[in-house]
Amino acid sequence: MKYSLYNLVKNSFSYHENWEKAWSSPDLKPEYDVVIVGGGGHGLGTAYYLAKEFGVKNIAVLEKGWIGGGNTGRNTTIIRSNYLWDESAALYNHAVNLWEGLSSELNFNVMFSQRGLFHLAHSVHDMQEITRRGYSNYLNGIDAEILNQDQVAKKIPHINVNGRYPVLGALLQRRAGTARHDAVAWGYARAAENLGVDIIQNCEVKGIDISNGKVVGLQTTKGSVKVDKVGLVPAGHSSVLANMAGFSLPINSVPLQALVSEPVKPILDCVIMSNSVHVYVSQSDKGELVVGAGSDAYNSYSQRGSFDMIEHMMAPLVELFPIFSRLKMLRSWGGIVDVTPDRSPIIGKTPVKDLFINCGWGTGGFKATPGSAHVFAETVFRGEPNDIAAPFSLERHFSGALVDEAAAAAVAH
Amino acid sequence: MFIINCPYCGERDQTEFTCHGEAHIARPDNPSEISDEEWGRYLFFRENPKGIHFERWTHDHGCRRWFNVMRDTVTDQIIKTYKMGEAKPEISNE
Repeated sequence: MKYSLYNLVKNSFSYHENWEKAWSSPDLKPEYDVVIVGGGGHGLGTAYYLAKEFGVKNIAVLEKGWIGGGNTGRNTTIIRSNYLWDESAALYNHAVNLWEGLSSELNFNVMFSQRGLFHLAHSVHDMQEITRRGYSNYLNGIDAEILNQDQVAKKIPHINVNGRYPVLGALLQRRAGTARHDAVAWGYARAAENLGVDIIQNCEVKGIDISNGKVVGLQTTKGSVKVDKVGLVPAGHSSVLANMAGFSLPINSVPLQALVSEPVKPILDCVIMSNSVHVYVSQSDKGELVVGAGSDAYNSYSQRGSFDMIEHMMAPLVELFPIFSRLKMLRSWGGIVDVTPDRSPIIGKTPVKDLFINCGWGTGGFKATPGSAHVFAETVFRGEPNDIAAPFSLERHFSGALVDEAAAAAVAH
Repeated sequence: MFIINCPYCGERDQTEFTCHGEAHIARPDNPSEISDEEWGRYLFFRENPKGIHFERWTHDHGCRRWFNVMRDTVTDQIIKTYKMGEAKPEISNE
């Protein structure tokens, strides 16, 4: 059923009790052309684009837990594309372009809000970094404005620009913003199922069957399934799945946590990020402040961050916005992110034929969801990455052609 | 994992320490002879296990010395800490 004003009015006559389920729970079939492992935004999106743009009919998405219960529903929902290197700029800006049309594409309101993102600079070095990155963004056709201290103070309500680490300026991307993360998973799930994709929840992959170097099947908690092609989109558990297929990855899985405050009336109409004092904050439509910072340094699959990290998040927040000091924090949670040495994702082929991987998004995968899914769908369909995905191959760790966003720009996402 | 037992100082708060990734990775003896793939594997590829992990930590705000930790990455429980150069403990199947 299409979501429209007509259907809204029609369903109001039955007190909204007869809406169809957005997606069903089909049984696992014995055979699929393509199986996507991982039902987060990237995985569901991959299935959607495979069905829509490449006409693949027989697709399943296998999800260990429930749709939107992993990192897709655990992030701070920030979307931007002001990356330094050409390769990253192309990938993340492809995503922003798709974000702009996503609600109408999926017939599902993902609440994409281009409220603008300020990346704060606190030192001469920071100013040089944002200036370099801003000009790099111009050259790549990405909107960027370099602001001085007065402009920042004027544009951001309640910010304290003269704190312990004064705010000297900021890099503003107006096309950046936030989206409703659950809606992204739900929207892709519903749109994919409308195109005939089977979404199988509570179905964990336990083994990968390989014959003569080619993937032929999967062993799952709901039985075994024959496959022609497999796309792994597992986020935190990338290494676990790769090990099942007999290869390893240049990845460490670490906890990243976030927290939200009690809801308050609108007070912050943009997204604030600071790498130097290390915090990022925006206000959700419910009124909660959504706060994040860096990941823990140790490997873990516990979905729980370290306690002291919360203080590291709060201290710079209160320094930048003294007005928030009396807000209570309501909830904190952790997700497990798969971090690569160069903080860029891995998209492409694996040592196993017809087994493809899309992982290593680390701390910043949400913003890339549509772009990642779109280029990965093409990778799975053609068996080769397209021009946008090609620089992000696993091979770059042997050739040395790393896309080093960690050292160059925006470590915090 | 709130308390870590430094082999030199004893039990201290976790905030005094920093983790530096997988332990027991030997630098190849002959870097000029090995292939790009072997060098890439040495530099970047890690076990990243879901379960027992052997890793290097430093006691930054204490003795500043490096040591190794055997830890379960599912529960974050530390099983053992031991000095650099000591053999990797056996994983028991209890």
